[in-house]
Formats: sequence, C-alpha cells, structure tokens
Amino acid sequence: MSGPIKIVTEAAQSFSFSRRATMLGFMQAGVGVLLASRMAWIAVAENERYELLAESNRVNLTLLPPRRGWIVDRAGTPIANNRTDFRIDLIPERLTDAEGTLGKLSQLLALDTEALNRIRRDLQNARGFTPVPVAENLDWDRYASVVVRQPELPGVAPTQGYARNYPSGAAVAHLVGYVGGATADQYKETKDPLFLTPGFKLGKDGLEKALESTLRGAPGAKRVEVTARGRPVRDLETRRDVPGKTVRLTIDAGLQEYAARRLGNESGTVVVIDTLDGSILTMASMPAYDPNSFSDGISQIEWGMMSSDDHLPLTNKALQGLYPPGSTFKPATALAALRSGIDPDRTVYCGGGYQLGNRFFRCLGRHGSVNLHRAIARSCNTYFYTMGREVGMDAVAAAARELGLGAEYPLPFPSQRYGTIPDPAWKLRKYDQKWTPSDTLNAAIGQGYILTSPLQLAVQTSRIASGRRLVPRILADTPIVAPMLDVPPERMELIRSGMDEVVNGAGTAVRSRLQLDGIRMGGKTGTAQVRRIAGGARGGMNVPWKYRDHGLFIGFAPVEQPRYAVSVVIEHGMSGSGAAAPVARDVLTYLFDRQRALDSLAVLEENWGGDIRTRMAVKADAYRAARANPAPVDPAADTATPPSGNTE
Amino acid sequence: MRLGELVPAPVARLPWGVLLLLTAIGGFGTVVLFSAAGGSVTPWASSQALRFCIFMGMAITLSWVPARIWGAIALPGYAITLAALFGVEMLGAVRGGSQRWLELGPIRLQPSEFMKPFIVLAVAKFYDMLPPNETRKFGAIWPAAILIGLPAGLVMLQPDLGTALMITGGGVVVMFLAGIPLRLFIGGALGLALFIPLAVNYLLHDYQRNRVLIFLNPENDPLGTGYHISQSKIAIGSGGLLGKGFGNGSQVHLDYLPEGHTDFVFATMAEEWGLVGGLLLILAFMLLIRWGMNVAHRAPDRFSRLAAAGLATTIFYYVAINLMMVMGLAPVVGIPLPLVSFGGSAQMTTLICVGILMSINRASTRQPSW
Repeated sequence: MSGPIKIVTEAAQSFSFSRRATMLGFMQAGVGVLLASRMAWIAVAENERYELLAESNRVNLTLLPPRRGWIVDRAGTPIANNRTDFRIDLIPERLTDAEGTLGKLSQLLALDTEALNRIRRDLQNARGFTPVPVAENLDWDRYASVVVRQPELPGVAPTQGYARNYPSGAAVAHLVGYVGGATADQYKETKDPLFLTPGFKLGKDGLEKALESTLRGAPGAKRVEVTARGRPVRDLETRRDVPGKTVRLTIDAGLQEYAARRLGNESGTVVVIDTLDGSILTMASMPAYDPNSFSDGISQIEWGMMSSDDHLPLTNKALQGLYPPGSTFKPATALAALRSGIDPDRTVYCGGGYQLGNRFFRCLGRHGSVNLHRAIARSCNTYFYTMGREVGMDAVAAAARELGLGAEYPLPFPSQRYGTIPDPAWKLRKYDQKWTPSDTLNAAIGQGYILTSPLQLAVQTSRIASGRRLVPRILADTPIVAPMLDVPPERMELIRSGMDEVVNGAGTAVRSRLQLDGIRMGGKTGTAQVRRIAGGARGGMNVPWKYRDHGLFIGFAPVEQPRYAVSVVIEHGMSGSGAAAPVARDVLTYLFDRQRALDSLAVLEENWGGDIRTRMAVKADAYRAARANPAPVDPAADTATPPSGNTE
Repeated sequence: MRLGELVPAPVARLPWGVLLLLTAIGGFGTVVLFSAAGGSVTPWASSQALRFCIFMGMAITLSWVPARIWGAIALPGYAITLAALFGVEMLGAVRGGSQRWLELGPIRLQPSEFMKPFIVLAVAKFYDMLPPNETRKFGAIWPAAILIGLPAGLVMLQPDLGTALMITGGGVVVMFLAGIPLRLFIGGALGLALFIPLAVNYLLHDYQRNRVLIFLNPENDPLGTGYHISQSKIAIGSGGLLGKGFGNGSQVHLDYLPEGHTDFVFATMAEEWGLVGGLLLILAFMLLIRWGMNVAHRAPDRFSRLAAAGLATTIFYYVAINLMMVMGLAPVVGIPLPLVSFGGSAQMTTLICVGILMSINRASTRQPSW
C-alpha cells in the first residue's frame, strides 16, 4: 500500500495505528538502549574518573606541616632544630559562643588586645572547618590549662606541633635567617594548600630561605571523611610527614657564637675562613634580632625598635655591608706591584705624602725610606701611591679581583652585595668620566670608589694566606675548588711576612699579638674614612658616632703555616688597630685555646652588662618604657643623613 | 487454567505478571529509600511503602472499571481537571507566588498530575469521536491542539516545565497514533528546533534558562545548578559495574548528591547497585511500557487503543526524561522516577495509568501474553 490514502476507512486507520504504534515502540526501545549504554559508559568507561571525584568529595585532607630539616654545624651541633610546639586553634564551625570562649582563652593564655582583635578578624574571614590559630609556642602549663578545660570550650583545638628553635639565638640570626608563616602572595603564586595550614612556617631570610626546598620536607596528611557541608564524620588513616633534610654547614657553632658575643655592643662583623678548603667557619654580624622570636611574628614595638636602630640589627652586614677597605686593601696593591715585576727591595722615600700636580696626598707619618715589607708593616700610603701610579689602575684592579674582591661567590644566601673594584672602564661606564691619577692614588690605599664586603675581605685574606684561589663555601658537602693563584708562592710569602710584621714586629697592630706560645697571627689594619671631614680631621672621638671612621682588620694564623683567615669590620670603630684587631685576636685565640678566649670574654661581658640575650632584653625593656611614657628625647639628634656603612 | 480453579475468578484474572513487576520496582525503590535515609525506614521508606500499597489497591480497583467508562468520563474528567488547574493558578496569583496544589484536608493534590492521564484520555476520545474521513483535515488538528495547549500553558505558568512537557508529549503522541499526517510532525519538529532557542531566551524563567544553559556545560557552574548533574554523574560513575554495596554510597550519605531521595534517586541506587542494578531497573520499566504498548495493540476499539498507547507513553516519558536528566543527557526539569522517587504524585499518576491499562487489557478478547 503506497501513496496517500484519500478516504480513510476504519480498517486503514487501524492499520495506520498499529504501524505507528510499532514505530513508537521501537523509538521507546531505542531510548531504552540509549539510556542503558549511556549508563554503561558512565559507570564502566568513566568509572575511574568518577571514583576519584567521589573520593575527593568524601575525603578531606588536613595537611600536617612537615618537620623542618635541621641546620647543623661542621661537627653536627644543631644551629637550628625543632622543639615541640604547643598551640591552640579554633574551629569556627564548632564554636557555640565565640565571645565567651575568647574571653576564657584570653584569661588562660594571657592574650593581649592586639591578639584578640587578630583572632576576631580571622574568625570573620574563616570558612567552615579551617582552623584559626589562637596562640602558638605556648609553655606546657598554659597549654595544659586549656587542655584540662577543653570539654567546656567547644571549638577549641589544642595541638602539638613543631617549632623552629635556634639555640644560639641572635648569634646566628643573619646566618640562618628565620622562618615565618607564608604570605597571601606566596600562596597565590604556588597554590600550595600547605601554605594555608596553621603552624606551617617557611624560610624568610638567610639560609632558611635559600635552602627552603631542602629543609622543608613533605607534609603528612590526616584524612577525614566529611559531609558536603564539611562536617567530619570519621577519621580515616593518617600519613606521616617526611621531615626535611638536615643541612650540614662548614660553620663552627662555638666559634660563631663566640665571635658574635665578642663583638659586644659594637656594630660589626667577623668572618673566619679555613684556608685549607675555603670553609666559612664563622660569619657573625651584630647586633642582630633573635630569630626565635621572629618565628612567631614580632610585634610592632619590636619591629619599630629594630628598624630605627642605627646599628642595623636587621641587616646581615657580612654579606650586605659594603665598606671602603682602607689599608686592608694595601696587600692587593702590593700584589699588583709584585705581579708587575716591581722589585720588593726597591725603596720609596716617604716624606709624609705624595705630590700629584698641585695636590698633596698625605701619608699617616714620615716613614723615610720604605720597601714593600716595611710599607705593609707601617701602612705607608706614600709607597702604595707610588706603586699604584707606577703599575696603573688596571693592574691594581686585576690583582684585587685575583684575591676575590668585587666577586659574587656561589653561596646559598638570598642576597649578597659584591661591591666595587673600580677601573677606568668602570668609571667611564658608570659616571661617563675619565679615570684620573688621583683616583688611582685613592684606590691604591683602599679609598675612593672601592667598596668591599666583610666576606670578601676574609676571602682576600684566605687567598693571601693560602696562595690558592679559595672559593668560600658554607655547605659542608659543596666541592672544594682551589687552584693556585696566578702569583708565585714566594712573592705571596713576601706579603705575608709584611703582615707578620704588622702584628709581631714594628707594625700597627702589635698590641693585638696572640698571647699563645709559638703561634703568631699576621694581619693588616685598616681605618676607612666614612666622610671627608674638612681640615683633614680624622673621624675620631670628637665627632658623632655615625661619622666616625670604620675600623677594619684582616689577619691569618699561624703565620708559618696559615690555617685560618679572619676579617673583622667594626662600623665607626674609629681605627682598625684599636677596634677590629683585638676582636680578631680573641676570635683566633678561641680556635687555638678555647678556655683562654672564653675567660677574657667573661671579663668583657661583665663590663658590657651581661651576655647578648640579657643586653637585648634590657634594651627592649628600655625601648618599651620610653615608648610607654615618652621621655624628653632630644629630637634633633637623629635626623641627619642615614646611617653609613656604605659610604665611600 | 489451573489457577482459576483454586482462586476466585476475579483474582485469577488479574494480570499477575504486571502486578509482580510493579511490586518489584516499588519494592526496590523502597529499599533504595531505606538506604538513602542512612539505613532507616523513616522518613522515606515506610511512608513510600504504605503509599505504594494504597495506590496499588487503587490501581486494581481501577482495573475493574469497565473500559468503556473511561471513554465516557474522558472529556468531563478533563474539564474538571482543567478547571482545577485554573483554580490553583488563580489562587497562586492571589497569594502572590507559585501554587501548584490544592489542599484537600491532609492530602495535597496537584491537578497537573491528574492532567497527565486525562489529556491522553481526552485527546483519544476526541479522535474516537472524529469520523475516519476527517482525520486528514485541519478540523482534526486544531481541537486537539486546544485540548493540549490549554493545560500545558497553565502548567507552564505555574511554572512547571517538566509537567508541561509531559502533558504536551502525552497529547501529541495520541495525535500521532490517531493518524495525523506524518509531515505535520516532521514540520512540527523543525519548527520546534527553531522555536526552542527563542523559548529559552524569552519564555523560560531565569532559573529554568540557567538549567538549560548549565546542562549544556555543567562544569561551568560546579557549585550552582550544574552541581546536581555533576554529583549525579559522580554517583553513577563511581558505582561502577557492581556498585559500592548496599548502604555504602558516600555520595548520598554524605549529602553530596542533592535530592538523592527524589528526582535523583536513580543516582543513589546506581551508586550502591552499580550498572547491574541500573540495567535491571531500566529493563523492568521497559517491560512495563512494552506491556502497555501490547495492551494498546490488542485493544478492541479505537479509543482504547489510543488511550492505552498514550498512557504507556506517559509512563515512558517519566522514566526517559528522569533518566536522561540524571545521566546528564537532558536539562534538570524536575521529573521524578515513578515508583522509586519519594513522593506520592508520580506514584499515583503511574498507577492510575497502569490501572486504566489493566482495565483496557481486561476488555481485550484475550489476555496478552508477554
């Protein structure tokens, strides 16, 4: 039957119905098959994907912050380790009476209003079951007092974690830095949920920051089954954290602490390098902050005190302080002369200075006829002016670089400054000016454009002492690279004997001779002008602290077979011989005779008013008291130029 | 038949196969609701089971109504239901909100539910009355279009897109079976294809439009409207071949799957019973619908044929739209899975359809074997 049906009969209608009903039945069956295969596709082919999704729905991962790797010294003594940290968090969703609970907590934990406001703010921003930290670093008694009352304090969660601990406190602050909570920006950058976990701390400065990836470890996880609204149903298994790796440093922890203590109330640095392999044994920069209290986040008051201190307790001066080296640069000029073929026995007559055109460059005295040896011992400017002019600035700069000045070393620190070793090309580039002979004269005695860091001075000394191109290292497992310098050893020996004379002969630092049998220290003092004072006056006692000259000293011991190289910089210490050399002497004494060094320190600390911690506490109390009721402080005193240190 | 000698004839003549099938589906639904409540007969399983028994009794009662009565009450019943729809629409307008039901003592009745079978009966009655010669004329179309358009429009105003679709679908399928020229349906389908984008933009409420748009791309809005579809697919997909086991479905027990006891009950079931459970349930529904279509094939007169096929198709719409929605093949329109989803309305409508089908079946010269 084909073609349109013109007259529809009942029979035709019945036939049409069964045809169409059958068609409909097939369509329905088709939909049934479609549904069945769709379901099979979801449940079988995509099963794995949906199982994961269901599991991630069901299970809420709470990260457990990993224990941070230790930082230990060369002998394995901890410089940074972890102690048990008792902390209290709030679970917002479980709080029944937020204000009442906060009130009780503030009593039990002695929270101040600043802390309470912070907690209230966090609570408002908190969602669901994300804990809000209330207090960390609690002592056992405080912690226990909350644990005991926990049944009456719904929503309060006391937990035990780990906190960073620095046994030597401020003595290692600039070396290791400190740890702190992640910032919002850091979280946005990484999207790492660990960064939001209460109790998680990451390195904020120093080695803690530079070695973050090694020290961090991997977080553990607590798996909890939760409902769609986040209510925990039951605990599933917990994965332990993987602690971070221990990092062994070349530092000698005892020496580091001794050096920091020996700096006393001065603003200065001590760097000691092992001349066998370039190991940094100490790198102290004082004053400093206490990294233990920095870990908890310091208060506004503490911060204010630190940042307004002209002794710059927040700056690692060993790496970031730049100073004109002054006379400690003279061995480099001497090296330049020797490398240029100057006869070390050749004498220069010093009549109190050097005439260049119509300018007279002064010497510190009238040394008469001086050769290289005497010039180093007496720190005769005239000799080095003459040599500098004779060999030229390029040769001087090359020798300085050979000794490691102006270089950036491969050390794991977030920031190092590498100073300036100027030469004619540099000046043209930087100031678009020609290099002048008077620039050469200034540079030859370590003034003018030259800037070096205390670490560089120590490296220079270690290279003079060893004759090898030592590269400083602070990680005990870094390879030792130390080829010979481009200097014949006997020529370097000449410089060392001059430096021996400085301390042990008729030199500038004879008062800082080592008081040890059979061990001599060689060295070179330096006094760096902070600013040119009209009339040729030196920056001594009669000027404000911040305009006083820096005192520097570089040294090595024992003279015959050098083992240790040291650099000491005392900011505004007035002279190298008076301020820096005695510190170097005591620090090296510690390496050879620990007890003798500690005994002499005990006497000094008594005069200074106790050890570092005590003095810092006294200072902080005084600051707080002054803030509480502002005493009549003279306002004009501290408004001049910023504190120096980097002044040319 | 030996059974007829042991039990009274009226009982023996019941279509036992269908009743067993219904009981199996309803019983399985109750079991799923028991698990959805966390292994408890309250609040869903017990009342669902009780209602199932009541509506089964009702369906059996309906099956004893002589088939010709349905033809007689088709148009009056349609008129009353339409009036009730008007009533709730007025009430809703008066109360300033959507109003879908009439409260009759303890029972809340949705007139739109009754309209699902009555639209089928009314359109079937219309074509039964129409002389065969008129079938291919325009006069065969517009009265049916009005019969369908009025209630569908009213329900759209409630607004209840799912029910409006089912009413339209029920009426249109009877028109199709009545022999309205095929090209009209093909033309209609083309027209619809053009009309749907316009309807989505101008006729739907914001939330309905969102559902349609989200359906096209559920991952765009994982926490909003797309959440239902996503979580439903997760439940079905994570169930795998054999399911997670009775009472072990995390999606519904931990509240990830919204409406796991009503519209999305199939996902709840599939998570615990897996593909096997799902296929069995689909198969059971397909058998039920096939039985309905067979009743239509064997029906003695034109009205019974059209009505039976339309009623079977109404049940088919429930199942197909719900499952397509749950599996992410259709927008979420709020159609429950009959006999399984918690709630009395769909259960009642389905069993009314089955009751009428059994009644028509009884009028057939011989029992369809299936």
